[in-house]
Amino acid sequence: MAQFFPHSANAYARTSMVLVGVLLAGLGLMGDRLQRSPYVTNQGIRPEQPVPFSHQHHVSGLGIDCRYCHTSVETSSFAGIPPTKTCMNCHSQIWTNAPILEPVRASYRNDKSLVWTRVHDLPDYVYFSHEIHVNKGVGCKTCHGPIDEMPLTYQHASLQMEWCLECHRDTASVLRPREQVFNMRYQEPAPGTPVVFEGQKYTKQMDLGHAIQKAYGIRKAFELQSCETCHR
Amino acid sequence: MAQDSENDLVRIQTTKKDLGLTAEHAREKLSGARGPQYWRSLQELTEDPEFDAMMEREFPRHASEWTDPVSRRGFLKLMSASMALAGLSACTKQPFEPIVPYVQQPEELIPGKPIYFATARPTPNGAYPLLVRSHEFRPVKIEGNPDHPASKSIPQGSYPAELRWGVTDAQSQASVLDLYNPERSQNVTFRGDTRTWGTFVGAIRDAFGAERGRGGAGLRILTDTVTSPTLAAQIKSVLQANPQAKWYQWDAMNRDNARTGAKLAFGQYVDAQYRLAEADVVVSLDADFLSGSHFPGFLAMSRDFISKRKLDLAGGEGEAAKMNRLYVIESQASTTGGKADDRLPMRACDVEQFAGALANALGVGGSNGTVKDDHAKTFLNALVKDLQATRGRSVIIPGEQQSPTVHALAAAMNSTLGNAGKTVLYTEPVEIVPTEQAAGLKELVADMNAGKVTLLVMIGVNPVFDAPSDLKFADAFEKVALRAHVGIYHDETSRLSHWHVPMTHYLESWSDTRAYDGTVSIVQPLIEPLYNGRSAHEVVAVFSENPGVTAYDAVQSYWKAQNKGATFEPFWNRALHDGFMPNTASPARPASARPAASALAPVNDELEIVFRPDPTIHDGRYINNGWLQELSKPITKLTWDNAAIMSFNTAKQLGVKDEDVVTLELNGAKVDAPVLVVPGHPDKTITAHYGYGRTTVGSVGTGTGFNAFLLRTAERSNYAAGVKVTAKSGERWRLALTQHHHLIETKKWKEDVVGSSQVGNEAASRDLVRSATFEEWRRTPGFANEGEHQAPSRDLTLYGEDGYKSWVDDPAKNAAHQWGMAIDMNSCIGCNACVVACQSENNIPVVGKEQVLAGREMLWLRIDTYFTTPNTNDVSNPRAFFQPIPCMQCENAPCEPVCPVGATVHSPEGLNNMVYNRCVGTRYCSNNCPYKVRRFNFLLFADFDTESYKSRNNPDVTVRSRGVMEKCTYCVQRITSARIHAEKETRKVRDGEIVTACQQTCPTDAITFGDITDKNSRVTRMKSNERNYTLLAELNTRPRTSYVAEIRNPNPEIAVTPEDHGHTS
Amino acid sequence: MATLPDNRPVDLTRPGYSTPVIAPGYNLEQVTAKIANVILTTKIKLGWFGVFIIAFGIMNLLLGAVGYLFVKGTGIWGINIPVGWGFAIVNFVWWIGIGHAGTLISAILLLLKQSWRTSINRFAEAMTLFAVACAGLFPLIHTGRPWLAAYWLFPYPNTMKVWPQFRSPLIWDVFAVSTYAIVSLLFWYTGLIPDVAALRDRAKNPIAKLFYGILSMGWRGSARHWHRYETAYLLLAGLSTPLVLSVHTVVSWDFAVSVVPGWHATIFPPYFVAGAIYSGFAMVLTLAIPIREAFNMKDFITDRHLNNMAKVMLGTGMIVAYGYATEAFFGWYSANKFEFFMIQNRMFGPYGPMYWFLILCNIAIPQSLWFKKVRSNVPVLFLISLVVNVGMWLERFVIVITSLHRDFLPSSWGMYHPTKWDWMTFFGTMGLFMTLFFLFIRVLPMIAIFEMRTLLPQAKVKH
Repeated sequence: MAQFFPHSANAYARTSMVLVGVLLAGLGLMGDRLQRSPYVTNQGIRPEQPVPFSHQHHVSGLGIDCRYCHTSVETSSFAGIPPTKTCMNCHSQIWTNAPILEPVRASYRNDKSLVWTRVHDLPDYVYFSHEIHVNKGVGCKTCHGPIDEMPLTYQHASLQMEWCLECHRDTASVLRPREQVFNMRYQEPAPGTPVVFEGQKYTKQMDLGHAIQKAYGIRKAFELQSCETCHR
Repeated sequence: MAQDSENDLVRIQTTKKDLGLTAEHAREKLSGARGPQYWRSLQELTEDPEFDAMMEREFPRHASEWTDPVSRRGFLKLMSASMALAGLSACTKQPFEPIVPYVQQPEELIPGKPIYFATARPTPNGAYPLLVRSHEFRPVKIEGNPDHPASKSIPQGSYPAELRWGVTDAQSQASVLDLYNPERSQNVTFRGDTRTWGTFVGAIRDAFGAERGRGGAGLRILTDTVTSPTLAAQIKSVLQANPQAKWYQWDAMNRDNARTGAKLAFGQYVDAQYRLAEADVVVSLDADFLSGSHFPGFLAMSRDFISKRKLDLAGGEGEAAKMNRLYVIESQASTTGGKADDRLPMRACDVEQFAGALANALGVGGSNGTVKDDHAKTFLNALVKDLQATRGRSVIIPGEQQSPTVHALAAAMNSTLGNAGKTVLYTEPVEIVPTEQAAGLKELVADMNAGKVTLLVMIGVNPVFDAPSDLKFADAFEKVALRAHVGIYHDETSRLSHWHVPMTHYLESWSDTRAYDGTVSIVQPLIEPLYNGRSAHEVVAVFSENPGVTAYDAVQSYWKAQNKGATFEPFWNRALHDGFMPNTASPARPASARPAASALAPVNDELEIVFRPDPTIHDGRYINNGWLQELSKPITKLTWDNAAIMSFNTAKQLGVKDEDVVTLELNGAKVDAPVLVVPGHPDKTITAHYGYGRTTVGSVGTGTGFNAFLLRTAERSNYAAGVKVTAKSGERWRLALTQHHHLIETKKWKEDVVGSSQVGNEAASRDLVRSATFEEWRRTPGFANEGEHQAPSRDLTLYGEDGYKSWVDDPAKNAAHQWGMAIDMNSCIGCNACVVACQSENNIPVVGKEQVLAGREMLWLRIDTYFTTPNTNDVSNPRAFFQPIPCMQCENAPCEPVCPVGATVHSPEGLNNMVYNRCVGTRYCSNNCPYKVRRFNFLLFADFDTESYKSRNNPDVTVRSRGVMEKCTYCVQRITSARIHAEKETRKVRDGEIVTACQQTCPTDAITFGDITDKNSRVTRMKSNERNYTLLAELNTRPRTSYVAEIRNPNPEIAVTPEDHGHTS
Repeated sequence: MATLPDNRPVDLTRPGYSTPVIAPGYNLEQVTAKIANVILTTKIKLGWFGVFIIAFGIMNLLLGAVGYLFVKGTGIWGINIPVGWGFAIVNFVWWIGIGHAGTLISAILLLLKQSWRTSINRFAEAMTLFAVACAGLFPLIHTGRPWLAAYWLFPYPNTMKVWPQFRSPLIWDVFAVSTYAIVSLLFWYTGLIPDVAALRDRAKNPIAKLFYGILSMGWRGSARHWHRYETAYLLLAGLSTPLVLSVHTVVSWDFAVSVVPGWHATIFPPYFVAGAIYSGFAMVLTLAIPIREAFNMKDFITDRHLNNMAKVMLGTGMIVAYGYATEAFFGWYSANKFEFFMIQNRMFGPYGPMYWFLILCNIAIPQSLWFKKVRSNVPVLFLISLVVNVGMWLERFVIVITSLHRDFLPSSWGMYHPTKWDWMTFFGTMGLFMTLFFLFIRVLPMIAIFEMRTLLPQAKVKH
């Protein structure tokens, strides 16, 4: 029989088969990476803000407590974003005519709200409650990262469901004593630097975590990963 | 999908911001937008509730373009669907969203936490005391006032005092939707053109000034029934200043008969207040006191009535148990009749005769009535015996729509039986100035025709639509020189008026009002007027010396005047806080009734028509309320329409069937109406609910129902004989029923065919409703769990013990709490309050008539109604059973294993979670749900477009999008917040700390929710009741929702049928 | 006295003569030519064009309907609560059923050494593929949010840390159907290779040459090729044999696993498989009869084929009938209120007429196949095949709708009325099917050339 293709075509055929396999695998891997990339999650991105507010300056620099601005963090699902009034409490005294603060003063003058861009934005079908987290010994830093070192605020964690579940399935690994929740310089217990909880010294996070679980009556993993915990 | 509390901050701003938006502003905003930005910009733009208003002003006809609800919704859906698809491109990527803080945050506000305010909803029958939940100053959910005598729930058994709650009715629950309705009239108009409030005041005062000289001879004020002391005082002062001016009150569903009857019996106007908690025998003479707010004192009456039927609460189980008995003689099929122990359906005109006969038999003077058939006679005799035996512990309640004679007779009988002062008190009427309204309206029309009226001000009324047809109000109306109308919506009357002023919703303005028992409440606003409405107080003030007075000043100054001295501030604050003024209930008047002298109306044998207010939209005032429109009316299960309701036999005689169009003709007037055959309706009479068939109305009310007012005359405003019915061959009027009874003809044993409900019979044979007579229950308390329909034993399984390991049994999966619900069939009166409460709490969308017809209603909680008559299956006078069906939260839930993506899964607390954001909509779960409690968003039902409605949504519940399954969650948002609250204090949730929306609003406390592992919880006690059973137990779904079987207490001497003993299975 | 192409006389009345699976008198070359020419001929029949255009037109109904569906949502269909599944699922099961004959014929009959299968297996397989393609469409578009269903149904590591729910028969379905589709495709293509090679060699047109050249994957027909080919083909046959049974078994589980009376029945798997083969053969007949006329293939698709297929239909038809009987019997014998009500409602309820019509189509009429006269009467056979296709569709309709519309709580009873969009989607898939099929017979040999050649006396090796 007459052959339409040269013999070498076989080689091409074989290699192309392999290549297709590789290509598919590659695409799969790429997709996997993509959906976890900052492009999708906004992780580590500093959105533009009307005023370049620096947590670094206010928290580490001036040592202002989180709750001074985020007033409802302990009592409501919503941590609260400070009204212009809160800014003006100080800035009516200091930096009174710093051009950088003009939007704030304008807002106060014209009784028009500042329009910030949300940095930590969960999907609307997720019902997150700051209230319960801070009251059960989850530190600000655990989710928001080194906010006290951010000249411009960015999203520290991916805020994806898998990230939430990491803790909900293993709370002991992140819990800290209540009084340490707002402490930005808090260190996890380590042999050198133990953490005291209810008179007990702990040098391992897991030990501390379990002790806190008991003390605070933290619900078990199978409860915390139940859908209605976050979705209703 | 949902707005979380953060996003709500945006809305506080918009709702509190004042009008600053012009078309130019809008255009420039739009022109700035390009490409993909466009949609979002438009949305941001419409973020302002004023935007709609602006559009109105810019394009006055803008609203009318969308009057057809279908096309409008269609357009909106298409729009949103296209957006949904657009969003598809970036599957998981979140766009950056703005977050807008306050400039100055209000003191009392904790963002994300609701605040409760006490207020009251005024109605002609007396106010409904409320506690309104407000999220970021947006009133979102209506609850009853727990402290008010009229709305406090049945004593909560073991509940701690701080866990009481108040109850409400369906209309109150739905009233919050009216507040946000974007189709409310939004600005002052003169002949349809926009004007300012100032010009209105100017114009009116000019016209009024001219009248002043002649003592206001040409001034007439027509108002709704006024229950506001302040408003009444304001009007009175106007009348004093202008002695010639006149004030009339008009309500289509007025209480003239009760008033005339009282005059006959006592020589004065009184309100009868029934103390049903004291009554062992209750006789209703066509009084429909269990089916909703159109009966004065509905909440208290149903509560007290049912409290005598709670066999566990009232006197305990077993020998000690006591139970009241309800006799209902009625001219329609109502829930009251459905709950009756002994029911006697008859034509309305025969009720008067029956009352006469009863009075005569009880030895009350006055003329005797004739009782026709034998069954009625036996009924009468047994009733008389029973009443004689329970002197002072019985009560006879005349129907609001029954003739004055019946009211007089009832009063006479009550005093003869020594009930007066015990089970019935006579107090001053709830309205400040009681009148006989029809007579008043007649007078007004006469004056108008005579040209005596030059200035007519109408506040909160729509006489052009609902005045008696024979008065020809509209024609007389034209003769008035200056006509001003104040109302929440543009309506038939405003269309014919010169001036229209938008009126404030009761949640928007200050006022005061009296509950049915006279207790005064301050009506406290929760939000600035959304659509620049004006309150009645401000309007009446225009005729006073200081026209500028605000509602707040008017109310406060009135009460300052009432209680002098320095104690005002605390008094006022307390009144606001409690929601009422203590000890302001009207005192009982020592009144003894004279036997009615008047002769009874002659009996006729013609076909009769009975006019009743619509069970959901009342006299038409709620016709623009989607929740009430889609709320299936008790008994008939009809939505979006009214109908010519008749019995099976009558329909057979007339040769018509469901959905046939017939022409009803009564003394000249004609109207076309669809036929609806209803079990238990008396023969030879037709019930027509008025309020539908309006012509000037919003998109929701457009094209719904027929106008029964056309047949209603001043003389015979409640029932009339001699109606002619002619079937229009070929014409059909599709009726959207949420439940069909499949009425079929079946051969009665050795007798002619009777109407029988296939559905009812199936329900009975499937043991869905289980009931027994009081005597039987005494003999066999466990009757409900006899018979074949039982759960299989736990070892009947292939999988060994694990096979049935439920969430309770399995320690590995055992959470601290296990939620469950018990529904007391004995207490449910089918009033629908729970259904609307659920809709309001859970952001359940309205789907419209077409979708209901297609079988796609979305309500999570429905009240199944079954009509059965043991053995005979004859539905001419059946027992009705009301069965609220929420999700059963099965422990072996059939819906769970079939979902391919695990969107419905079990929670460790025994909830059957529905995860909307995971659902892909295969609908397999619904197919596999034996209780069919799942609802599917076949189209984009949720309204993502009407900004004002968005503000109504409960921020704690996801708004479900298209293609998603949804269902009752036991109000998981309430569970979660209560749990968080408890966990913060490191304790378990207390019994009664979680109250589901349906449970909270139920006037009769029929629904109990709680932790079934807590031995002392109320729900555990309910479930341990011997009458407790679960639906379709044999399927081994092991539902967490269970039912407590119903007990009836029929008089053994009256048996609907000889076999009418033994439970209906 | 009939004569063969080479003018040799043959006495068809001779006792013991049975119609052969290939008319006598062909030599190897003639077989190849006859089949190949259908494709390689330069002039295309106008008839083909006509039918193709019609089919294509109908297919566009589908595009329209599905487009509108994506814009508005499944609400454009007649489905509701309680009837959550409508035409989409009915059509899905129907198409999947049709998709059974092909693999059955090629795989099982091959293993059973049924030589008569050879002339029909090729387009039967093609039919299978296209039917499965049509079927595969429905599970996706019937969901409320297809754009999510498309990928949430597959188990892969994702950022939500959640998996599909493997207890759900719908998941099993995804795998069953996709596996079946893939294996059938491989099987069909493998079978094609030698024929495509033959076409390559005969093709004059360079484009055709290139096209077939690529498809034939360098087939040279060497002994080694043939040897491997045979092995591969046999393996695939072995592989797809269990699939024939598994696919529809799994599909039947979509229903049997539920608690719905009328669905929850142990009889379902065998009864569904039988039904599938039944409808599959009906469809093969529906296609084979016109084709052998149109392309005058009477000598290859002989009356014997039709006869045998009719017999298979009769057999499977009886199994299906047994299924119906069992359902009815257990409705009564189970003494289960719901089961009994279901069967009563199915027979005498609002949808009763459809039930009796399906009994007529699937049981009554096919009984005529007992008679050789009917089996050998081609037009009648064609009609019967159509009737069975309709009947099997009705069966699925009755199972899906009547079971759902009146189940446990009488308060929630409802009715199902298909909308125009339901019909458009249904007919649209038929258009899609026909379009694909007509393209197939135009560009690929509808009958396995080389296998036909093996049937010839010349092919038999003499010792």
